[in-house]
Amino acid sequence: MRVQLIHVNAGTGNDRHDAPRTPSFEVLMQLVCPAGNLPALQAAIDAGADAVYAGFRDQTNARAFPGLNFSDDELRDGIAYAHQRGRQVYLALNTYPDSARLPQWYAAVDKAAEFGCDAIIAAEMAVLDYATRTHPALKRHLSVQGSATTAPALRYAHERFGISRAVLPRVLSIQQVERLCEGSPVPLEVFAFGSLCIMVEGRCQLSSYVTGASPNRHGVCSPASFVRWEEHDDGRRSVRLNQVLMDRFEPREPAGYPTVCKGRFEVGGEIFHALEEPTSLNTLELLPRLAQAGVAALKIEGRQRGVAYVGSVTRTWRDALDRYRASPQDWSAQPRWQSALSKHAEGHQTTLGPYHRSWH
Amino acid sequence: MEMMKLSLGPLQYFWPREHTLAFYREAADWPVDIIYLGETVCSKRRELGTRDWIVLAAELARSGKQVVLSSLALIEAESELGVLQRLVDHGDCWIEANDLSAVQLCRERGVPFVAGPTLNVYNHHALAMLMEDGLRRWVPGVEQGHVLLRELREAMRAEQCEMPELEVIAFGRLPLAFSARCFTARALDVAKDQCGFRCIDYPDGMPLATREGRPFLRINGIQIQGEEITDLGPELPQLRELGVDVLRLYPQAEGMAEMVAHYHLARRSPVAPPRIGARNGYWHGEPGMRAPETT
Repeated sequence: MRVQLIHVNAGTGNDRHDAPRTPSFEVLMQLVCPAGNLPALQAAIDAGADAVYAGFRDQTNARAFPGLNFSDDELRDGIAYAHQRGRQVYLALNTYPDSARLPQWYAAVDKAAEFGCDAIIAAEMAVLDYATRTHPALKRHLSVQGSATTAPALRYAHERFGISRAVLPRVLSIQQVERLCEGSPVPLEVFAFGSLCIMVEGRCQLSSYVTGASPNRHGVCSPASFVRWEEHDDGRRSVRLNQVLMDRFEPREPAGYPTVCKGRFEVGGEIFHALEEPTSLNTLELLPRLAQAGVAALKIEGRQRGVAYVGSVTRTWRDALDRYRASPQDWSAQPRWQSALSKHAEGHQTTLGPYHRSWH
Repeated sequence: MEMMKLSLGPLQYFWPREHTLAFYREAADWPVDIIYLGETVCSKRRELGTRDWIVLAAELARSGKQVVLSSLALIEAESELGVLQRLVDHGDCWIEANDLSAVQLCRERGVPFVAGPTLNVYNHHALAMLMEDGLRRWVPGVEQGHVLLRELREAMRAEQCEMPELEVIAFGRLPLAFSARCFTARALDVAKDQCGFRCIDYPDGMPLATREGRPFLRINGIQIQGEEITDLGPELPQLRELGVDVLRLYPQAEGMAEMVAHYHLARRSPVAPPRIGARNGYWHGEPGMRAPETT
């Protein structure tokens, strides 16, 4: 059975500066996995997640999709399941309530504390401040939606809200992540695998510009209710988001989900993926560098994905992390891991994304 | 009732040095009250360096404008933080804080700041906290319309917090998204590190259309804007009634003097002007862009 070696990096800011900087048998990055529902939570825990993150079935989190997320009872059950196995549950409360809706977000913070969540993941100042004042013992992680990319930004969240961890936006190069690990007042969590938002999280209005449905305000991006597929007589297909054409596909051409950032458009007389191809982030080969930089946790994206994805991706990363712990000097990214991960990638393609300069 | 102020928002595009200087020489004589200066999109754009912007700020201040130095929306590199630190240390101007790094540096140095539209303030409590940090003026994010502003104002009143100055984007292309990637470089098939500063060839950004030819977005380096030049002129009576203090006009390459004159006339008139740009759906609680059937 796998030995539990987590939490050395996951505590307060002071812990991490005492922790060794080089890979060691005592310190290992935590694996934080998505749980869109109770079966996915259990699959992630069974496959070796150190922690899972979940959300309530409403707009308080950034994956407010139909049929997804947790009722109060399901969350209690999920927490019990995780805690019985020595793992953690974080609650995503990472959207931006307006004044009229603040009480709903505050109530969700209260429930996170009452149910025994190990941390909340939040971005919005009022939500973080409420949690800080009302439930000081409930740990607060700054969400990726908080868009903190620098040491001063992290200092702000640490001084104002006493955050014990921050999740970095997917915009930084590996060198920038390494430098930030040196200068951050708190341990850092980075995205390791999953769908790639190419825009700075928490500051993308492409969905709301087209549909009015906003990631920040409503917890959704390009929701399915606005998507219309059209089949043409010649077998081609078109896909529209609130009537705006996102892409057209040849008869057997694979078609991805029509978020604005992954559509094909015309720029300067050419039609191409002007913003980004359908592809997923995969940082497996960077694992040693992230560990050596002192990154506290690796996050897997995908609360909207099913049990098969969660189980397989978690198992793969668990294996990779355990191998690294056992023998950091001999570690290399194994082809079987990469092939398992590629199966779950958008368009079966993966990229190092912003971690690598050539992506920019 | 006090007349609303006019501001020139930060120049979002990359223009040649002489073009930029000539623009602001003209702007010194326009009836705008506030001018935001500095690079908010890409730190590689250096036709004007930090020192140039600070010199320009002093010149415009002498012609009676309030000058605010704007910070980058996305800060990644140490060098970019260094520039921000210099702007904050300059001390003579307020800062437009476009991310949390700028808020923190202003807070540490006691420099007053304007919360820019990419700062993500959605409710009265966040606004009140930022006021403790030194916020003096707030530019709501692009997706916030009149209902949200009214509710926020009422919530501030209920908690006996005074509103800061409220500045609303009245004219211009809306900044919608920022990335680590440069979309101009991508469109021209060059690496970001060897971009050749080609966005200087697109003084109003690079048009992006759907595959059926509908103009949709503008590519502006690492920033994506809406294609439509929004215009809240016809909504001015509502803005006035909501207590909006400042109307922000974003610089465009052509016709800015006329646009300022149009808004200057409109702010002194009790009658709303006709619409000369696009309707901003966000203001009305709708998608930001116009629905296809109404184009």
